[in-house]
Amino acid sequence: MSALLLGIAWGIAAVLAIAGGAVIGVWWERKVAGHIQLRYGPLQIGPAGSLQMLADVPKLLFKEDIVPSAADKPLFKWAPLMVFAPVAASLAVIPFAAGWAPLDTSVGVLFFLAVPSLEVVAILVAAWSQRNTLAAIGGLRAASQMIAYEVPRALSVLPLVLLAGSLRPTAVLGAWQWWWMPLLSIGFIVYLIASIAEMNRGPFDLPEAESELVAGYFADYSGMRWAIFMMAEYGAMIAASLFAAATFLGGGWPFGGALGTAAIVLKAALLITVIMWVRWTFPRVRQDQLLRFCWTVLVPAALVQLVVVGVVLPWM
Amino acid sequence: MRTEELTLNLGPSHPSTHGVCRLVVRLDGEVVTHVEPVIGHLHRGIEKMAENRTYLQVVPLTDRLDYVGSMYANWAYCRAVERLAGIRVPERAEYLRVIVCELQRIASHMMGIGSSAADTGATSAFLYAFAQRDLVIDLFEALCGARLTYNYVRPGGVAFDLPEGWVEQCRSFVAQHPSAMLEIDELFFGNVIARARLKGIGVLDADTAVAWGVSGPSARGSGVDWDLRRDDPYSVYPRFDFDVVVGSNGDAYDRARVRLWECIESCRIIEQALDQLEPGPVMAEGLPRLLAPRPGDAYDHIESARGSLGVYLVSDGSVRPYRMKVRSPAFCNLAVLPLIATGHTLSDLLVILGSLDPVFGEVDR
Repeated sequence: MSALLLGIAWGIAAVLAIAGGAVIGVWWERKVAGHIQLRYGPLQIGPAGSLQMLADVPKLLFKEDIVPSAADKPLFKWAPLMVFAPVAASLAVIPFAAGWAPLDTSVGVLFFLAVPSLEVVAILVAAWSQRNTLAAIGGLRAASQMIAYEVPRALSVLPLVLLAGSLRPTAVLGAWQWWWMPLLSIGFIVYLIASIAEMNRGPFDLPEAESELVAGYFADYSGMRWAIFMMAEYGAMIAASLFAAATFLGGGWPFGGALGTAAIVLKAALLITVIMWVRWTFPRVRQDQLLRFCWTVLVPAALVQLVVVGVVLPWM
Repeated sequence: MRTEELTLNLGPSHPSTHGVCRLVVRLDGEVVTHVEPVIGHLHRGIEKMAENRTYLQVVPLTDRLDYVGSMYANWAYCRAVERLAGIRVPERAEYLRVIVCELQRIASHMMGIGSSAADTGATSAFLYAFAQRDLVIDLFEALCGARLTYNYVRPGGVAFDLPEGWVEQCRSFVAQHPSAMLEIDELFFGNVIARARLKGIGVLDADTAVAWGVSGPSARGSGVDWDLRRDDPYSVYPRFDFDVVVGSNGDAYDRARVRLWECIESCRIIEQALDQLEPGPVMAEGLPRLLAPRPGDAYDHIESARGSLGVYLVSDGSVRPYRMKVRSPAFCNLAVLPLIATGHTLSDLLVILGSLDPVFGEVDR
């Protein structure tokens, strides 16, 4: 019973963390995008427009919740939560401090890679339930893209597991040495690119390509249901960046304790900024180019990294 | 496995149809097997409306043809009226027309390049182009008070002379514009993803382009070396030294890039025109309030940002045109879309549409 209550408490904490992260993230993205595009971004509400989301969130809450009459209504209504839940769950295994993660399990790395991939099913449900051609195309694009990019993403994390000798994220962080960073640089870049594709952000945002599919798999969603999709996207970005900060970049290194946790968050924020920078600089790739890039560049690169680590490890 | 083609209706309200175009697309997976542009959603009957207005009252109607290049439509119409009524235009007015139309070409091409960028998802490059467009629009606003429908070129000349300080403002724009174009060239056309998205997409060969009446940058991207400013010179264009930019591959990349380099050539023309500009009247002397040309007909065409824009007028001797017909380059360019887009993916279809740079005010009229 207490485990259930603890689980519920963690669930609420994860939702609040993602919601808070999304609120700050949207503001930050608008500032980053603005300055890249010769604009200022939000300016009016709060210092440097930082309270803009206080105006935007109530707007989304009060918007009419439109359900298309042709839609499969139960699936349509539940799909946003089905997209959001795996993302929130994946936050649980991230080691926020040395030796501590909300859910310190021996298969944490596997959990982190496997649970968010359930999102594919939810996205397909969302896409099909709308009975909208554009959404269906977006959903199919998302499915092929996310399944394909699972492979390089998992392969790029394997060297960490090999070096640490454990699938437990806290153990990976405990075994981390500074020279892992240069050693795993290829794997880190592959992880970052595959994660961007996994979270459907530019330049891999074809499932929601606004110039082709209007909004892709969530074309017919409005108001708060739409906002949950956006929160899931931001949640995926936050989770992927936190995981990279806590494993590839050595967690709190070179600090310990509370300062270490702050360092993890800061490193993740830097990665998020890089992801935004990429999104606002590059055009969007095409579906065939996307898949070709995955199988001919990312997967071989991740395999090379795996071989390099596999050779180094026995030699050590 | 039995498969079925998917029929997809894009538009008339869609972010990438550049106005109100409806595309009925048949898809085999992501591949377009058939595309049919359904036009007419923006049909306002401008040619018919012109028959009930005096010659001067038609000028604001022509603003609404190609609403990202109003100056061209004004000018093409006014040339037809002047030919019909035998009006001689003062030299200063001709120079002003060349200057505003070359500025308009830049503004319009910024829209074309910007939408090529936005269609591929490069919103930043789109806004870089629009920052330049806005500078031109500011110049137009200082000149005639309007930012979109200018009603500036009138039969017999232009509506207003240059306001104070305009020449300096224009010179400073022209001075910074080429470097801004080179920046967009590097940011967008040099980008590896943009090249992969645009190169080899929607290839239009030169013979097909000529056979289908494609003109302007869309034809020059295919290597059709044809520009009315040089090949059927009008106004004071023979006095300027400029190059006609020609592409070679006829793909979306070349069409968009031809527009980019044309902007730099336009800057050269504007600089020369500002140097040669002499004081003088900007409107022909002694024009009657109501023009009533002798019965007859006249056709004249100019090189607009989209291609060869022509206006045909018939007069029955009254104060209203008996018939007006607009030869719209956007309409002719759009006609090749099914030809060059079939076999490409859905993503490419909208890139190809954007690379033809249609404006539906002019397609539908």
